[in-house]
Amino acid sequence: MREPGTASKLEAAEIGRIFREESGRSVAALIRAFGDIDLAEDSVQEAFALALRRWPSDGLPPNPGGWITTTARNRAIDRLRREARRRELQSETAVLSPDDHDLDVPEEVGRMEDDRLRLIFTCCHPALSTEAQVALTLRLLGGLSTEEVARAFLVTEPAMAQRLARAKRKIKAARIPYRVPEAHELPARLRPVLAVVYLVYNAGLTSVSEPGLCSEAIRLARILTTLMPDEPEVAGLLALLLLTESRRASRTRPDGSLVLLGEQDRRRWDRALIDEGQTIVRRCLRRNQPGAYQLQAAINAVHADAASIQQTDWSQIVALYDQLLTCAPTPVVALNRAVAIGEVHGAAAALALVEELQLSDYHPFHATRADLLRRLGRESEAAVAYERAAAMAPTEAERDFLRLGGRASR
Amino acid sequence: MTQYLLALHNIAGEAVEPMSDEEMKHSWAQVSALNEELQSSGAWVFGGALHGPDTATVVKVSDGEVMTTDGPFAESKEHLGGFYVIEAEDLDAALAWASKATAAVGKPIEVRPFRDGRGA
Repeated sequence: MREPGTASKLEAAEIGRIFREESGRSVAALIRAFGDIDLAEDSVQEAFALALRRWPSDGLPPNPGGWITTTARNRAIDRLRREARRRELQSETAVLSPDDHDLDVPEEVGRMEDDRLRLIFTCCHPALSTEAQVALTLRLLGGLSTEEVARAFLVTEPAMAQRLARAKRKIKAARIPYRVPEAHELPARLRPVLAVVYLVYNAGLTSVSEPGLCSEAIRLARILTTLMPDEPEVAGLLALLLLTESRRASRTRPDGSLVLLGEQDRRRWDRALIDEGQTIVRRCLRRNQPGAYQLQAAINAVHADAASIQQTDWSQIVALYDQLLTCAPTPVVALNRAVAIGEVHGAAAALALVEELQLSDYHPFHATRADLLRRLGRESEAAVAYERAAAMAPTEAERDFLRLGGRASR
Repeated sequence: MTQYLLALHNIAGEAVEPMSDEEMKHSWAQVSALNEELQSSGAWVFGGALHGPDTATVVKVSDGEVMTTDGPFAESKEHLGGFYVIEAEDLDAALAWASKATAAVGKPIEVRPFRDGRGA
């Protein structure tokens, strides 16, 4: 007999949280066992429904993840048996029913980590569109419902369901493999995986409706570091997200408007996240295989060390941007490097670099230019640049901020 | 194993810079090498290069009657220039062949699975 206590008071929300935590593992294990994404997804969903009915009265099983996987596996086997039986009846001929040996899903827990790794490389296969990669990753690995994924990307639930169905159809029809890429393929195949997680984080950062995506991205990045502990860029991505996250609370005002780095209340930065991020950055530095995510993390780690914008080690930041520019030679990186140079060598030097960039479609380009022009006392040119930036800014908060000449309204 | 179509697309009006004899020879050698590799590895099912769309004829049923018309089916800048049908373990294997093909012919290659494949 179970004591009527905490275990029996399991709430649906708590079960939902556990499910989200565990479902990626279960889905991944079932896809490997049965080779069918839909079957895996549906069976895990059924196991969840059963958990919602049973756990509140029976209490939490000792190994909830194992319970979900075993239950889902049994459901999948039942369904395959039923379908085989139905086919048999329909054709009235003896067809081979899947024998029990084939359905004997190994329960080794050790392989499950590999399954999730297989799953993320399938979800982020370059043959799928970025939108599909993001949606599949959140749905299958992150355990979000279709409705939650739809809300995060501001599309209707039927549209998201269709996007997911189309992607799964392509995986099946084109036989996108369910395996971890070989070492020589890894650099190219890891890129979209990291990009998807980074994109999920940024979606959370800019979307007021779905700040939960930030923690979701960090959770995915943590899973990746567990699965690929020897990949420096995976660690770099986690560090970058942690350090960015440490400032999230102080980067917007209650009304949603933006607070620039120099104006943020640094006492509100989350020290625990900073410590964790900086520890990873130091480990990356020792490993000395720099990459774009590690360098961006290192830049953020330098900011996290400074008591104010003036006391920031800008020459260190310029050096890091120089390195970043060699491994990611994009105009956006060049723009950020110019800003850092402005702090070391003055606004005129920075403006000269900015004017050379082909970035007129990117609103931070105009905002940066405006700021530099203002610092040089070229007020009327600055006003025009602020207006251009404001016209292109994606959120109301940013538009307001830029219309006020990049100065806080209060 | 699944069968895949590797379709080579020509874009009308683009890259009409005629190849030099040297380049032509080089491309031809690369394509023959690829064909040999496809055949010796067992991936080869069928393949070939097509004449231009101006040699195309379309046949269709209209009001119960078969109509024959001159010209390609779709007025489009891109047209099928040639294709391979290959057999491959999965999409990654098919994409590896497609990478070799695009390098040999210098044209984009579209990869599509056949419906009839035992895997799909």
